[in-house]
This record gives sequence, structure tokens and C-alpha cells, in this order.
Amino acid sequence: MPAASLHVTPLNSVHRALGARMVDFGGWDMPVQYSGIVDEHHAVRKAAGLFDVSHMGEIEIRGPEAERLVNYVATNDASRLRDGQAQYSALLYDHGGFVDDILVHRVRADEFFLCVNASNQAKDFAHLREHNRFDAEVIFASERYAQLALQGPRALEILQTLTPVELNAVRYYWFTDGEVCGAPARIARTGYTGEDGFELYVAPGEAERLWREMLAAGAPHGIKPAGLGARNTLRLEAKMALYGHEIDATITPWEAGLGWIVKLDKGDFVGRQALVKQQEAGVARQLVGFAMVGRGVGRDGYEVLCDGKSAGWVTSGSPSPTLNRNIGLCYLPVELATVGRTLQILVRHQPVEAVTVPTPFYKRPR
Amino acid sequence: MSNYPDTYRYTKEHEWVSVEGDLGTVGLTFHAQQELGDIVYVDLPKLGLQVEQGKALGSVESVKAVSDIYAPVSGEVAEINDALTSAPEKLNEDPHGAAWLVKLKLANPGEVQNLMTAAEYQTYIGAES
Repeated sequence: MPAASLHVTPLNSVHRALGARMVDFGGWDMPVQYSGIVDEHHAVRKAAGLFDVSHMGEIEIRGPEAERLVNYVATNDASRLRDGQAQYSALLYDHGGFVDDILVHRVRADEFFLCVNASNQAKDFAHLREHNRFDAEVIFASERYAQLALQGPRALEILQTLTPVELNAVRYYWFTDGEVCGAPARIARTGYTGEDGFELYVAPGEAERLWREMLAAGAPHGIKPAGLGARNTLRLEAKMALYGHEIDATITPWEAGLGWIVKLDKGDFVGRQALVKQQEAGVARQLVGFAMVGRGVGRDGYEVLCDGKSAGWVTSGSPSPTLNRNIGLCYLPVELATVGRTLQILVRHQPVEAVTVPTPFYKRPR
Repeated sequence: MSNYPDTYRYTKEHEWVSVEGDLGTVGLTFHAQQELGDIVYVDLPKLGLQVEQGKALGSVESVKAVSDIYAPVSGEVAEINDALTSAPEKLNEDPHGAAWLVKLKLANPGEVQNLMTAAEYQTYIGAES
């Protein structure tokens, strides 16, 4: 049984019955692994993995000025979206630091659906409400949705056996409302693994049945239930940011290499002024990929040295199951943030050699 | 579930020791490797090092985290399991057997009595999880 203070998803007892190792993840009792991180990681890269990501938050924005509100609080340009299209974006503070990174879905002109990080959902909701000076309604919808992520090269084949929706027609970063196993589902071709795949938003009461049916349908294809451990190694290889690691209130999109989700030309938005100022002054630090040369893993929070001097810190680091070497991301002063630079990472007080490398570490074959 | 040999003694930090004469073979428990997950490095002490019961003996690193290994008993490192350096994953496969970590020449054989029996250890990890 999970500790009483922890939040649980509708699949909690299913994970426990599968023998998952459960951890406290930002106040949620979540599966970190089932068969093992490396095994699950390879399943997602080569076949398919099924993740319970019901801890993620959902916020709906409705009303005639829904788009204006979204465009005022988020960095990317929501006016470029068409019905059924999704977009990676960010909520910023006035000073340009991240409130959260989010997925914006345009359901229709007067309805947007945001998927936000679990541990940030209350903060995000308050932030949206605070800046809502538009004719729009901000609705906290997390308890109405469970979320399952089916990821991997076989994801489409597996899901197609369970839905009448023509999945090939749902392009990357588009979504459609349909049915999966007869249950209403928002089917989005998005993910956090660097693979093709789908994220399904369904009623909490349907989550267990869908989970079981997807695992059964995927069995001939080599599907495996996958936990947050594999989700982390997969997203790191694909260089996708994790809130609290690569991004937080002290980091701006320029520094995090997320300038591509900032559209300065779209009009005013929260944080824009600070971003313009920083762009004019020039950024001082930048997120860089590294690979370990010496023996060791440069992990989150470890100090990074360059020529013996403190230069930055590791935001995420792990053995990479796909590349079979130890990789990570770190912040470095911009003048040191070039590929091929030798670094030392303090691994439990011992300097271990690393080298900066191009990112993403992994890109799926298309 | 794994078998916890009755002839071994166990620590709260999830090491085991098996004593034969004045030599104690030390390893990590099945439960420990399961908690750690896929193990990628095992760091063992140098031969001849004197270690004290409860003090750091080395470390083990998985995909997810690094964790210290503590000496279940005091003694001198008499042998180390070199095979783990090149094949750390053995620790996931056979933690109570082939993947032992070190052998200690016991400084104080009586210390073993401070440790848990297999039954006590299984109760302990049952309560912990």
C-alpha cells in the first residue's frame, strides 16, 4: 500500500500486482521499473512500452478569448495551431524563468487543452488564473483524466487493433478525439521518449481496462510495461527537458536551448520583456550535452569543472542504454559551451573526464 | 522471490556475510540488487585494506543511483571478486553466490552475532517495503 500522504493514479494496484518498484515521485506513488530500466528502455526503442502517466496534469481553457489567454501566458504561438494540433510550449514568470513546460492542444477555436507536469499543476493553474484578464475560463481538469503513453516503433500497429480511428492520418504532434477499446479517448501522437507513439487521455474509470487490453494486444509485438526510470533514460537520450533539472524558475528558454518554442513576434506574453532583454545582453550559460570519458556517471547536481575551475553543474546524467555510454546534460558558461571540450565532472569528490558532444544523443530512424 | 541462505548473516544496509573459519565472504542481498536495478559499476576496496564493521567498503552504481556498500564485519580485505569489474550485471543475476564482493579476514569473529539471521532479515525487508 502506498503511504497515505501520496497521490495515486487509477492504476496503482495494477502496478503493484505487476511487481513494479514504486517510488515517491513529486508526491505521487509511481512505478519506477517493472522488469528493469534497461530492458524497458530497449523495449521502447525496438518494439513498444506502455507508461502510466496519469500523474500529469490537465487544464482546459475555454471561451471566446481562450486563444488570447493561451498566447499571453505561453511562449509558443498558439494562433498557428489548427483544430486537432498540439504544440510544445512554456509558461514563464515575468523574469523569464520557467513556471513549467507544457503541451498545448487546440481542440477548437474556443477550447484549448493543456497537459502540464504533475508536480507543477497547482502552480500552473494559479498562474493561469492570475493572468486571465480575458474572456476565458481556466478549468482544472486533472481528476477527469488518466493518461497512458504507448511509445515505440510498434505503437501504431498495436493501438490500431484497438481503435477505429485511422492512426496513420494522425500526424506527429496532432491529436483526435475517438475511441480506444470502446472508451472515449483523446488520442495524441506525442510523447517523451524520442520514439513514435501516442498519449491517450481517458476517463480514470477506463484506465485499468485500457491498460490491460493494450498490454494484451501488444504482447505479440513485444510490448512491456515501462516505468519512470526508462522514461527518464529515454527522454534524456532524446534531449527532452525535465522540469526541476534542465529547466526551472531560474532558467530561461534561451539558456535551455528552447528558443524554438519562443515566438517573440506574436505579440506580448508573460516573460517576453525579460527574454528580449536577455537576448540583447547575451546569455551567460547554455545547456550542453556531455559523454563520460573516464569511468563513472555524471549525475544530477554534480559539479562540472573546466581546466580545474568550477564551470557549471549536471542537470541530468545516466548510463545510456541505447548508446552504451554514460551521458548527461550540464550548464556551462557560453564561451565554454562548444562541442569537443574536455571537462571534469566531480563524481563523488573525484574528477572524472568527460567531453561535450552534439545533442540529441539519440534520434530515431525515420 | 529469492532464497536467503540460513547460513548467512545480514545487515540493515543489505549486505550479507558468510563465515568459514576466519574468512568472511561478503555480498549484497537479492533485495538490494532488486532495489538498485540494473547495476553498471561495482567499486571494491584494495587488497590489504583494514575495514571496520559498518564503515564504507565500496560502492555499487545502477542506471538510477549510486549506493555505498558497508562492511558487515571488521577485517582485512583478503580477496576481491575481480569478475564484477568487467561484468557488474552479475550482481543482478547471482547476488548470493557467484557475485560475492570481497572476502575479509575477520578481525573480530564475534561481530557476526550483531547481524540479522535470514529470518530476521526477511522480516526486516518485509517491513521496510
